[in-house]
Amino acid sequence: MKGASLPGVLTAGALVALAGCTSNETTADNAIAVTSSDTACEVSSGQAPSGTLTFNVTNAGAQVTEFYLLAEDGLRILGEVENIGPGLRRDLVLAVPPGKYLTACKPGMTGDGIRAEFTITDSGADLAATGQFAEQIQQAADTYAFYVKDQAEQLVADTDDFVEAYLAGDDDRARALYAPTRMHWERIEPVAESFGDLDPKLDLREADLEEGQDWTGWHRIEKDLWPPVDYRPMSPAQRQKISKLLVADTATLLSRVADQTYRADQLGNGAKELLDEVATGKVTGEEEAWSHTDLWDFQANVDGARVAFDALAPVVQGKDPELAQMLESRFDDVQAALDQHRKGDGFVLYTDLSPNQVKRLAASVDALAEPLSQLTATVVT
Amino acid sequence: MSAVSRRRFLGLIGAGAATAAVGATAAVAVSRDQADALADAVPFFGSHQAGILTPAQDRLHFAAFDLTTERRDDVIRMLRAWTDAAAAMTAGLEVGEFGATAGPYDAPPQDTGEALGLPPSGLTVTIGFGRSLFTDSSGGDRFGLAGHLPAGLIELPTFPGDTLDPARTGGDIYVQACANDPQVAVHAVRNLARLGFGTATVRWSQLGFGRTSSTSAAQATPRNLFGFKDGTANVKAEDPDANTSVWVQPADGPQWMVGGTFGVARRIRMTIETWDRTSLREQEAIFGRTKVDGAPLSGGDEFTEPDFGAMGRDDVPLIAMDSHMRLAHPSRHGGVRMLRRGYNYTDGSDGLGRLDAGLFFLAYQRDVRTSFLPVQQMLARSDTLNEYIRHTGSAVFAVPPGVAEGGYIGQALFEA
Repeated sequence: MKGASLPGVLTAGALVALAGCTSNETTADNAIAVTSSDTACEVSSGQAPSGTLTFNVTNAGAQVTEFYLLAEDGLRILGEVENIGPGLRRDLVLAVPPGKYLTACKPGMTGDGIRAEFTITDSGADLAATGQFAEQIQQAADTYAFYVKDQAEQLVADTDDFVEAYLAGDDDRARALYAPTRMHWERIEPVAESFGDLDPKLDLREADLEEGQDWTGWHRIEKDLWPPVDYRPMSPAQRQKISKLLVADTATLLSRVADQTYRADQLGNGAKELLDEVATGKVTGEEEAWSHTDLWDFQANVDGARVAFDALAPVVQGKDPELAQMLESRFDDVQAALDQHRKGDGFVLYTDLSPNQVKRLAASVDALAEPLSQLTATVVT
Repeated sequence: MSAVSRRRFLGLIGAGAATAAVGATAAVAVSRDQADALADAVPFFGSHQAGILTPAQDRLHFAAFDLTTERRDDVIRMLRAWTDAAAAMTAGLEVGEFGATAGPYDAPPQDTGEALGLPPSGLTVTIGFGRSLFTDSSGGDRFGLAGHLPAGLIELPTFPGDTLDPARTGGDIYVQACANDPQVAVHAVRNLARLGFGTATVRWSQLGFGRTSSTSAAQATPRNLFGFKDGTANVKAEDPDANTSVWVQPADGPQWMVGGTFGVARRIRMTIETWDRTSLREQEAIFGRTKVDGAPLSGGDEFTEPDFGAMGRDDVPLIAMDSHMRLAHPSRHGGVRMLRRGYNYTDGSDGLGRLDAGLFFLAYQRDVRTSFLPVQQMLARSDTLNEYIRHTGSAVFAVPPGVAEGGYIGQALFEA
């Protein structure tokens, strides 16, 4: 199968952006070979027609190398591949408008690199160039950062209410608050999970425990509120202890996200990861083993993914309108599928769903997740 | 050997290429190419059981059995019958005195017959004993073997993320049948199961359709269903430490296990649909290798030793700290190695429109406690691959040493 990668497979989205150019070209036809040694940077051609370009960069040296395509000023980076170990090969794929550029290999990853001029001739391709949407991407990142912080703040506030009810022994109220409160967590799950120490403290499921490991966080309390038979309820002192930890760890989360900034690829990958969460944890009913409130989490994951996509939508719209439209409609489809299971302010329990209903939900998630996995490459290329 | 030759049948229809140098019946010297080598017989008898250091065949049928008898003699009788049948089948012969197409016309054939016309296909049948053969769940002695339970035949702890299905976990006796033809492997398990009726029933079984390991330097490293070459640093038959990594040594004890090995099987479901949506960057970072040829991200080719200290931009390790290769590498575990012999599997779909597919992991080692156990503890805790896998089945078993012709597998245990 080696070498059989067609651009249609590689970047389903990028192709659409090339409407108007010869879109049946293969990557290989357009590919430029770059050999980076410790002392030289051989580029197989000094020019290429505008469009989506692929540089096959091979590191023939003994040091780790990088390859850049720079603007004529030698400062602005249009695209880069980094961390190419000796003997390894990596592709740089990017969309470039006509003009003068510089290529640069950087063996040892220091200095200005070994540079050469590179010309992009006008092929007539109507394309949105890599880097063209820098401003919109920055706006998207700012929007998303604000959203994450806002959700973390709401999580802190709602956790306080939840803990108050739980400690007062008002279990009915605690049960009612459990799922809506957790939605704030689930909306920003990829960010929360990126803090490797906090995630297990707050969101570990019983099945993920190691022998002898302390079980804390939401799911520990979940089990106490929806006890299985033969379960020994927590004492008031135990409830105190676990609640205190929950509040403290949630406060830490808020302080960590307060000044966090995000890159476009983090937004795109975050959206994809949220759908993965739905596909593997929620649609299977594994996340909320005791409360069965998986559909709340499902909704929250979709919310978070949608926010990331909406923030990036102007960029996607500019680069690949067809992908933008498809994601729009598939997000709507998932929401419509989920809305069928609304009940009161929330949803029916996972255990109330028939196998066919679960299957329909899973299909709508997969239908969205597949094109959503193109989001990052579309935005950053 | 009182079995009708499957080979003789072959001779009649003119497919003589399958002959192996094993056995005396109707052997025809034919020049062989590599395809014939895959069809050849692997000797069954010897000081070690075959199917461990044997170059990994392409297909697997693995079966776990529960004993239904309470009589020790029944177990011995079955092991004798299994040994005879396995010796016949691995040589490309039929099971039983009359085989598949002869014998009393009003009796069902002794051999089930679906392997007629097929060469030995490198079939190996490897038999192992689960902990529950020695003691029952309350520690009771089932067959007078409790005193011979090897200390190394442990129960695995619950690893983080385990979602073990009881219907795919555990068993009293295990059979690993490997062959280069799936029908030959299935034929082996089917006939042993038949011989076991009244003494043992199949608890669960697993088909594997493609090897994921190379156990010989002559074999290329195959790919798992993630599309990666994994286990490049596997124990290979040619390695100087192969024997001491795999086989129980005299000093290890118990005596009846010397020349044997300990097996671990894990059914590892892959959530391949979410994996397929993951960027190449992340896929390679998770494994710590390139996808194209399996080279470590620190550079070189597949067999270049990974340089875990190699740094990329901003002094971030080229091979991520939580990558699969770094965590599983022998250098992280005191140099202890195990021989992996796993298979890709696909068992249809899961009802949600996703393939039930993954890796049926098999590993053999001198001591589970110093090899599989610490490696899996580390992987279960930190491996970034965990997001894409679930362990759904498990088994640990003691593989006794091989026997000479006339003996039966497990004889040293029952006569210990």
